[in-house]
Amino acid sequence: MTRVRGSVVTTALMFVVGVYFLGPVLWLLIASTKTTGDLFATSGWWFSPHFALWSQLHALFTVSGHIYLRWMLNTALYSVVGAGVATLLSAACGYAMAKFDFRGRELMFSIILGGVLVPGTALAIPLYLLVSKVHMTNTYWSVLLPSVVSPFGVYLSRIYAAAAVPDELLEAARVDGAGDVRTFLTLGLRLMSPGLVTVFLFQFVAIWNNFLLPLIMLSDQQKYPVTLGLFTWQSIVTHYPEFFSLTVIGAAVSVLPLAIAFLTLQRFWRTDLGAGSIK
Amino acid sequence: MSSVAPPTPPRKQPPSGRRPGLRSRPAPIFLAAPFLLVFATFYILPIGYALWDSVHKRIRSPGLNFAAAPRVVWAGFENYSNVLKDPSFRRGILRVVEFGIIQVPVMLVLALILALIIDSGRVPFTGFFRTAAFLPYAVPGVIAAILWGFLYDPGISPISTLLGHLGLGRVNFLNVRLVLWSIGNIVTWSWTGYNMLIIYSSLRAIPSTILDAARIDGASEWQLATRIKVPMLVPALVLTAVFSVIGTLQLFTEPSVLEKLTGAVDSAYTPNLMAYTAAFVTNNTYFAAAISVSLALITFVLSFALLRATWRRALEA
Repeated sequence: MTRVRGSVVTTALMFVVGVYFLGPVLWLLIASTKTTGDLFATSGWWFSPHFALWSQLHALFTVSGHIYLRWMLNTALYSVVGAGVATLLSAACGYAMAKFDFRGRELMFSIILGGVLVPGTALAIPLYLLVSKVHMTNTYWSVLLPSVVSPFGVYLSRIYAAAAVPDELLEAARVDGAGDVRTFLTLGLRLMSPGLVTVFLFQFVAIWNNFLLPLIMLSDQQKYPVTLGLFTWQSIVTHYPEFFSLTVIGAAVSVLPLAIAFLTLQRFWRTDLGAGSIK
Repeated sequence: MSSVAPPTPPRKQPPSGRRPGLRSRPAPIFLAAPFLLVFATFYILPIGYALWDSVHKRIRSPGLNFAAAPRVVWAGFENYSNVLKDPSFRRGILRVVEFGIIQVPVMLVLALILALIIDSGRVPFTGFFRTAAFLPYAVPGVIAAILWGFLYDPGISPISTLLGHLGLGRVNFLNVRLVLWSIGNIVTWSWTGYNMLIIYSSLRAIPSTILDAARIDGASEWQLATRIKVPMLVPALVLTAVFSVIGTLQLFTEPSVLEKLTGAVDSAYTPNLMAYTAAFVTNNTYFAAAISVSLALITFVLSFALLRATWRRALEA
C-alpha cells in the first residue's frame, strides 16, 4: 500500500519537475511563432491565431545583412575549433602526467588543478589589458586563443590516461621501436577517445557559455558569437520593439543545434572508459 | 553514463613510469609543452598582470599641467583597502553569499533527489526525465537569462498571468525584493540537471554487491538510500558544491542580462559586475584588478580546501 502511494508521489513529483525543466523551452518554441504585437496581445500559454513562424524565420535570417547567420557561424568556429584544440592539448599533457614520471610533476599538476578553481571572469579583465597591449583586441584570435586552455581537461585526461592506457601496451610499443610521441598519437589518443569526447563536450559548452570574454574583447558585431548578438538585440528592444520577437526566435534557433548535438552524443556519455583496451 | 561526470581520482596506483630507464626520456616535455605554453600565456600571465595592477594606481601630475600624461605609481594595498571599504563591494559580497547559502543547497538537494529517484527505477520514463532535466544545460547562460527575462517580464509573463487568473495576484518577479531569487531560479533551472548527472553517475558506480547484501539483511529502499547511497555520494556532492560555489561568487551573466530589464539590478549588483563596471565604465583598471584578485582569492581558498580534502580522501580510500 505504502509502496503504491510512494510511487504515485514520486511519479507526480517527476511530472512537476519535468514541466519545470521543459516548460520554458516549450514557451520559447510557441513564442517563436508570434509577432511582437501578438507576444503582448495573446496568451503566453498557447499559439496565436496568426501563425507567424515562417515570416519570423525569414526576418531573423535576413535582418541587418544576414547577421544572425554570421553569429551562428562565429559561435560554431569559436566552440568547435576552440574545444578541439583544447582537447588535443589537454590530452597530451594529461597523458604525459599519467604515464611518465618527471621532476616537478606533482607541483605542476597542483598548479593546473589550481587553474580549475581560478574564476574565468577574474582572468577576463587582465586578459583584455594584455591583449590590448599587443593590439589584438576585436580579433577572432582574442576569443579563440584563451579558449584553448582547459585545466579541467588536463585533470580529466590524466585520470582517463591512467585508467585506459595500459603500461603493457606502451612497453610493447617501445619494444617495437615506436617513439613516445608517436605512441601517444597513434595509441594513446585512440584508447583515451571515449573520455576525450567528454573533455571536448565540457570545453565546448564552456566556450559556448562564456559571455564575458567576447563581451569585453569584441566591438565589431560581425565577430560576435550568437549569445552576445542576442544580448545586444535584447538590450535595444525598448527602442526597437521589432527586435523583441527577433530575440525570441533567435534564442530558440540558437538552442537547437546544441540540443540536437547533446541528444546524438548521448551514447558517448555511456561508454565505459577502460572498455576493450586490454584484458 | 560514467564518463560525463568528473570521475573520482584514481585509487592508489603506483605511477606507471616510476621505473628505472624511463626517467631520462624527453617525451613528457614534448607532450606537455603545448598546453603549458598556453596555460602560462592565458592563465599565469594575466594573474600576474592583475596582481601587478592591483598594487598600482594612476595619478595626475601635480599642478594644472593637463598636457602631462598621468603616471602610474606604486599604491601598496591602497586599492585593496578601498575595495574592502567600498559599501557596494560589501553589499555585493553579502548578496552572493546570501544567494549561495540558499540556492546551492536547494539545487543540490533537488539534484540528489532526482538522481536517487531515477536510480531506484521506481518511476516510468526515467530516460525521458533524465534528458528533460539535462536539456537546460544545453541552453547557454545568456540565452537562459534572456528566456527567463521574458517569462518574468510584467508585460508578457505567462506565469504572472496564471497567478492572476488563480486569484493570487500578479507578481513582478523583477522587483527589488524578488529579483535575487528570480536569478536563483534561472541558475537552478540551468544547472540542476548537470549536477544530477554527476551524482547519478557516481550512484551507478556503487557496487551492486553492497546493495544486494544490504537488501538481504532486510534494509528498506529508504534505508538503502540514506544509509548507503548518500554516504557514498559525499565526494560527488562535494565536487558539485565546489563548482556551484565558484559559479555563485562569479555571478555575472544573469544579473547583467536582467540589468537591462529592471532598475532593481544595478551596475555593482555582484562583485564581478562591479569589477566589469570599474574596468570598462569608470576606466579604473587598477581598482578593477583589486576587486578581481580579492574575489579570486576568496573563491580559491574556499574551493581549493574543499577539493583537496576530497582528493585526499579518495586517495586514502
